[in-house]
Amino acid sequence: MAVSTSNQKRKVVINPVTRVEGHGKVTIQLDENGHVERTRFHIIEFRGFERFVQGRMYWEAPIIVQRLCGICPVSHHLAASKAMDVVAGVDQVSPTAEKMRRLMHYGQTYQSHALHFFHLASPDLLFGFDAPVEKRNVLAVLAEYPDVARKAVLMRQYGQEVIKATSGKKIHGTGSLPGGVNKNLGAAERDTLQARVDTMIEWAVEGLELCKTITKADLDKLVKFGSFESNFMSIVAEDGCMDLYDGKLRVIDADGEKIFDQVAPADYLDYIEEEVRPWSYMKFPFIKSLGKEKGWYRVGPLARVNACDYIDTPIAEKERQEFMALGGGRPVHATMAYHWARMIETVHAAEKMKELLADPDLQGTELRRKGERRNRGVAWIEAPRGTLFHHYEVDEQDKITLANLIVSTTNNNEAMNEAVRVIADQYLDGKEITEGLLNHIEVGIRAYDPCLSCATHALGQMRLQVRLTDARGHLIDEKLRG
Amino acid sequence: MGPAMAEAVQGFALPGVFTDADYQLNIEDAAQMAGFGRVLFVDASVDADAPFTFSEVRAGADIAFTSHSVSPESVLAICEDHFGRAPRAFVLAIRGYAFDFAEGITPRAQKNFEQALAFVQSLIRGWKEGKHG
Repeated sequence: MAVSTSNQKRKVVINPVTRVEGHGKVTIQLDENGHVERTRFHIIEFRGFERFVQGRMYWEAPIIVQRLCGICPVSHHLAASKAMDVVAGVDQVSPTAEKMRRLMHYGQTYQSHALHFFHLASPDLLFGFDAPVEKRNVLAVLAEYPDVARKAVLMRQYGQEVIKATSGKKIHGTGSLPGGVNKNLGAAERDTLQARVDTMIEWAVEGLELCKTITKADLDKLVKFGSFESNFMSIVAEDGCMDLYDGKLRVIDADGEKIFDQVAPADYLDYIEEEVRPWSYMKFPFIKSLGKEKGWYRVGPLARVNACDYIDTPIAEKERQEFMALGGGRPVHATMAYHWARMIETVHAAEKMKELLADPDLQGTELRRKGERRNRGVAWIEAPRGTLFHHYEVDEQDKITLANLIVSTTNNNEAMNEAVRVIADQYLDGKEITEGLLNHIEVGIRAYDPCLSCATHALGQMRLQVRLTDARGHLIDEKLRG
Repeated sequence: MGPAMAEAVQGFALPGVFTDADYQLNIEDAAQMAGFGRVLFVDASVDADAPFTFSEVRAGADIAFTSHSVSPESVLAICEDHFGRAPRAFVLAIRGYAFDFAEGITPRAQKNFEQALAFVQSLIRGWKEGKHG
């Protein structure tokens, strides 16, 4: 990528925590010796979407749940559709329906990952964790690296166009519905998207190369930063291939050994449990067989690249192999490796879009199938931020009586708490919350690309509060941003 | 009301008129807007005078950015700074009264919407005839 600099004409007004979607509060508690004893990453707001959908007709769910989040509505749209396929008695939608949904999903993954890496994360990587607040934002990237940033804007725009072409419109799309889809991809829409898909692959590869260059230049620091070992969860295809749209659940441990594999959606409650803690609205899921202490895990790009056996697109597979070499035969555990993995997936999503756009099934006419109604539907999808569970119970009047959503950020809840603990341990100097500590906590949380609005099913107010307390819980220092 | 307006205007199938609707403005909208001669931002307002207010908006002196949304002024500024030019732009704020989660527009707001739609038709006609800037 060409890199150039230019003078900024305008003053940029930005609060950096707006680059974490939502509103978070961090508490760091010290022990008697002044060392970090415990950290908590609190989620403050709550809206209660699971209650809200109760009483609504089951076929409305794929439309309603999109209001959970303005950033990744497609993931909720598709996860709810898949769960309601089960309720509608459809075990396998038509090839046209599945491929339309897949195209929509890869478009969403592509634009979401591009947004995160270029708009939210790259300022940290390009300008450094300690760069001034006014510099660590995408507009500074636009000013100093205009070619990089301009391509990022156009990558996101392309993903949005794919979503529009597959779901009917950019907002409140109705493309996917229980049993299938309501439109195919017209030849004109296909041609428009096909004309630019090679460019999208090329730009994704450039973004990945940029990420690798930055990471390798500071590898020692980035590998250690906020890092810890954990289990990893992802859905994978039957043969272990990465599959972001559908598959069975796999969890591996810190050494890469499988804890379980090929678990079907309907059985998730046999394997996963959610703990409620009084200080956070976000639940803490864990693997039942390992218990609360050892059963937490990570999801998202790092988990998916670690957990899969291979990727079925050539460039991304080659990149996966290079990435996995970092772990020396074990999973890669570095928190900052999320960005590298995310860019491998961006390339994969672009390659999959190209593959799908060349598939004539997208112009097929069998859009929707029907079956015998059931009262329970569970499904999952690999949303950009990680595994997303949708579980619904429906009564004889077609009304939803129960909804349980485990969103990606919730699946990463304990991991984000752990990242904050490790970073506080590494960067807390004395008994004062410094700008440096705030910056580092923010960078660590951001690696997980959390959508706090989504995880609490609320609309975020976007700010971060960090409180430092002594062993008796007395406040020593406090900093607020936002 | 913004998406409803976009849908209504799209229904007129006017040559040279393009409509779009999204959850919120974002940075990539600048890439698209830079190619237009005039842009009209339409949204419901919690406090505009009824039935609607109409005003010109220009590229902001500052660019305020959050990952969830960007203001019209900031989108126009990004157009100017990074995509060569910004279109002339206007904001149409239609007074709404109920913003809880629900489908449809309240009857009071619907009346405001209908007046706003008539105004937009006249505005576009004027633009095509070279009036209203």
